[in-house]
Amino acid sequence: MSGDKGDGDGSGEGKGVTMRVEVDVPKCVASGQCVMIAPDVFDQREEDGIVVLLDERPPSELHADVRESAVVCPAAAIRVVEK
Amino acid sequence: MVGASAAGLAAAETLRREGYEGTLTLIGDEPYHPYDRPPLSKQILGGQWDPDRVPLRAPADLDALGLDLRLGVAATGLDLADRTVALADGARVPYDGLVIATGVRPRRLPGDGGERAHVLRTLDDALALRDRLGPGRRLAVVGAGFLGAEAAAVARGLGAEVTLLEPAPVPLAPAVGERVGRMLARAHHDHGVDLRTGVAVAEVTDGGVRLTDGTLVEADEVLVAIGSVPNTGWLEGSGLTLGDGLECDEYSAAAPGVYGAGDVARWHNPLFGTAMRIEHRTNATEQGMAVARSLLRPDERRPFAPVPYFWSDQYDFRIQAHGYLRGHEEVAVVEGALEERKFLAVYRSGDRVAGVLAVGMPPKAVRTWRQAVATRAAWRDAVGELVPEGT
Repeated sequence: MSGDKGDGDGSGEGKGVTMRVEVDVPKCVASGQCVMIAPDVFDQREEDGIVVLLDERPPSELHADVRESAVVCPAAAIRVVEK
Repeated sequence: MVGASAAGLAAAETLRREGYEGTLTLIGDEPYHPYDRPPLSKQILGGQWDPDRVPLRAPADLDALGLDLRLGVAATGLDLADRTVALADGARVPYDGLVIATGVRPRRLPGDGGERAHVLRTLDDALALRDRLGPGRRLAVVGAGFLGAEAAAVARGLGAEVTLLEPAPVPLAPAVGERVGRMLARAHHDHGVDLRTGVAVAEVTDGGVRLTDGTLVEADEVLVAIGSVPNTGWLEGSGLTLGDGLECDEYSAAAPGVYGAGDVARWHNPLFGTAMRIEHRTNATEQGMAVARSLLRPDERRPFAPVPYFWSDQYDFRIQAHGYLRGHEEVAVVEGALEERKFLAVYRSGDRVAGVLAVGMPPKAVRTWRQAVATRAAWRDAVGELVPEGT
C-alpha cells in the first residue's frame, strides 16, 4: 500500500486552512472522548457530561486533534468543516 | 475493507485523511450507508429518532472519500495467496491491504416464533420491533445483558408490559460485578419490569417463550438478546486463524497486510496483558483507525493498546465504563452510593486498577479514574488494601 510519509499526527493541512467545528448536542452521549483528545476545544457539562464547544474555530495546530475527536466520537456528534 | 459499519468506515476515512490515494473498496452486506448501532436499542426503538438520524456520515462527507462502495453484497471468501475477496454477486475484489470488519450477528434460540421472534442488531431489526411495541403489548426479553436491559427500559417507556428472562442469578455479574448487577436488577423492578433470574429458556414458540421446566411465558413479542457470534464463516478455509472471532496479534494483524477491526477481531491488548474481543462502539472506530495507520506506515506501527469504553442508557440513568472489567477480582465503590444510582466503582485485576464504572458522576471524576486505568495504576496507591470479591 502506498501512503504519505506520515507526520505522526495525521495532519497535513496547508497553511491558512480554516476549520469550523459543529456539535450535535442532542446526539452527544457524554463519553468525554473529545475532551481527552482536544481539551482546548471541547469540555463537558458538570451535571451530565454533555459536550461544551469551547472553540468553534480552533487554530491550525489543533486541527489534527479535532479531526481525531470527530472520528472517535461514539455518537458521531462532531462535524468538522474545513475550507 | 470488508464490513461497512463503524470499523470499516473509520479505516477508510483514516486511510484517505492520512494520504492514501489509491482505490478504497468498502464492502457491506446491508444495503445502507454506514450507520450507527447504539441508537437502535435507544432512540430508534423508542421512536424519538427517525432512521435518517443514524447514518455515521453526511452523504457529502461520504462522497468526499471517493470510495468504491459495494453495499448489499456479502463477502463469501478470501484467497490470501491471490489477494482477492470473493463477493456474493460473483465479483472478485483484489487488494494490497485488507481490513476485516465483518462484525457479529445475534445468537438465536431454537423454535419458530414467526413474526413475534426478534433480534436487535440492524436498523431493520429495530424498526420491526418498534412497529410492534406499544401500550399493553406484552414483550418478553430473553437475556438481561446491556442490549436486553436497554430494550426492556425503552419498551416500558412505550407502555409495554415487559418480562425479562435471565439465566444467571444476577444480571451482568461477570461484566460489572454482583453489587452493580443487583443495582441494575432493582432498577428493572422499580420500573415495573418482571425480571426473572435463574431461568433457563428452551425455545421461542407461537405463544411466547418456553422455559426448560415446561413453563410458557406468554408474550406478543419476544426479543432474543443472548449475545453474538462473530461473522467469520466466510473466512473458513482461508488459512486465517478463527476462534472466538478472527485471531489477531498485538498489532491487530491476522496475516501480513491483513488486519481485523471491530467486534469480529480478537487481539492481544498489551495494556491489559490479555487477548480480548470488544463489542463496543468506540473500539470499532479506534481499531479501524489503528489498523489503517499500520497499513499506511508499516514501519512505524505500534501495538493496539486502547482503554475500552462503553456506555448504556437504562431508564433515567446512564452507565459509563472505561477499562477491561471482565475477570475482575474486586470492586470498590469509591464515590457516591449504589442505592442512590449515583456512584463510581473501580475494578481490580491482579494488583492493578483495571476499570471504572460510573453512574451520574461528574465527568472530571470519571476522567481521573480513567487515567488510573490507562496508566494501570497500582491498586494499593489508588484505592487501598486488596480485598478479594466475596470476602
